[in-house]
Amino acid sequence: MSEHAGVIRFADVEQTFGRDDGSAVTALEDVTFDIGRNEFLAVLGPSGCGKSTLLRLIAGLIFPSRGVVSIYDLTVTEPRDEIGIVFQRPTLLPWFDVIGNVTFPLRHKYGRVTAEDKLRARDMLSLVGLSDFVSKRIDELSGGMQQRVALARALLLDPDILLMDEPFSALDALTRDEMSFELLRIWSERPKTVVFITHSIPEAVLLADRIVVMTPRPGRVREIIDVDLPRPRSISTLSEPTFHALANHIRGQLFTRAVA
Amino acid sequence: MPSQIISAASSSPVPSPRMKARPVAVGPRLRIWADRLAPAAAFVVLIVVWEGACRLFAIPSFLLPAPSAIVRAGFEVSAMQWLSNISATIRVALMGYLMAIAVSIPLAVALVNSRFLSRTLYPLLVIVQSTPIVAVAPIIVVTLGASDLPRVVITFLITFFPIVVSTVTGLMATPEELIELSRSLRAGRTREMLHIRLPFAVPYIFSALKISTTLAIIGAVIAEFVAAEHGLGFFIMFSTSFFKIPQAFAGLAVLVALSLVFFRLCTLAQRWLVPWSLPKSQR
Repeated sequence: MSEHAGVIRFADVEQTFGRDDGSAVTALEDVTFDIGRNEFLAVLGPSGCGKSTLLRLIAGLIFPSRGVVSIYDLTVTEPRDEIGIVFQRPTLLPWFDVIGNVTFPLRHKYGRVTAEDKLRARDMLSLVGLSDFVSKRIDELSGGMQQRVALARALLLDPDILLMDEPFSALDALTRDEMSFELLRIWSERPKTVVFITHSIPEAVLLADRIVVMTPRPGRVREIIDVDLPRPRSISTLSEPTFHALANHIRGQLFTRAVA
Repeated sequence: MPSQIISAASSSPVPSPRMKARPVAVGPRLRIWADRLAPAAAFVVLIVVWEGACRLFAIPSFLLPAPSAIVRAGFEVSAMQWLSNISATIRVALMGYLMAIAVSIPLAVALVNSRFLSRTLYPLLVIVQSTPIVAVAPIIVVTLGASDLPRVVITFLITFFPIVVSTVTGLMATPEELIELSRSLRAGRTREMLHIRLPFAVPYIFSALKISTTLAIIGAVIAEFVAAEHGLGFFIMFSTSFFKIPQAFAGLAVLVALSLVFFRLCTLAQRWLVPWSLPKSQR
């Protein structure tokens, strides 16, 4: 695993959005960084710092006003197959059961689901710990379980890159911790390049190899922090001095105003 | 949507499998029955009070006929006559209703897909909706001549607008994330509409379809008031012009029953076709 393969690359990216009244808002400015192969990168910042914009640029859902976003050295010009997305809300389809939701991307993209696809989906469901819930209805699942289904859905096409937009922020604190460790387990079983958007400092420190700390409006990269915590990480990681030192450092970064 | 509240007032008489069957003591059981019978009891009480008042105060039947007089008047009309009137009204209401569905849903899809169409057509739709259909009905009858067509068109005009508005609302209410998911898969606009937006609009569409059942009956009756030789609207007009008020009331009662049956059928269709679109307690 070469450290700076640079799977995803932001080069001097600026993103402005036009408002209805004709004025423009700058969401991102001077954003430059690389994301390595199978790296777990957290993007941390206050609301409105353009974290989600960053994610949508990688997904090819929007394109930068200036600069270049590239994946495997190719400029992103459209959504690509090697990307899976997990959103803040599970956004499952209530008219399908659990496995129907997991196979939905295939049904949606190719118009059919084969027996083989269903086997894959079952694999993914056991990976996220839901093998006993294959044919349950969506409203029979808790919020945490629904988000597991959403994760299985994102993993179905075996993407190289997993984009996660505050995936656990709608969950209660206990479920959230549980899901963090689950994600680490899944990531170690199926290594992928993960971009994890969050506004939780402990979550970012616990999960990530590196943390991109953003400034609010316009979003700029304030600092990129290497998280030197050994893997595999567990509950005990939370009580390590390095963990607290890093969390405190980031807190300081976020709460001192930048002198412009 | 996931309502956790399972009250004694649950509308389903059969306890859902999610509710653990538990022994019910005699007192609560009585209360459950009382609760279940409450609507019927209220209806019976109303009829009895109505009947009593009519007899006690000797209200003349041309002002307010007693329920018994209405039933008697109903039986005086031949079964054949009822049949022809009821079937005429059902035919007009159903054709107008189906036509409204066939036009509204594709129209809503078009409005959502095209900003140009929504900018041009939507104001026109609002104007059509703002026009009192009762006032337009005579004009339509003159223009379209003496057949079922003008009556179906009038029913259509009164029925289609709520379906368009609700469907548009439903199509727009789809979570943004799912649209992004669809776009990230490059599935195309047609699949986005068929696999995501339309299914998400189903609960909205059905609530409009339910409202529209009664509107369809109203439309048919208005049309029959204006020009018809059959139908319950015609029957009521005919009866009142001969001062047969109890008979007019009998026609009215049948209309109400018809509306209720339509509404019920729509609810059943939803439960049968798309049970997921209903709250848990109503499945």
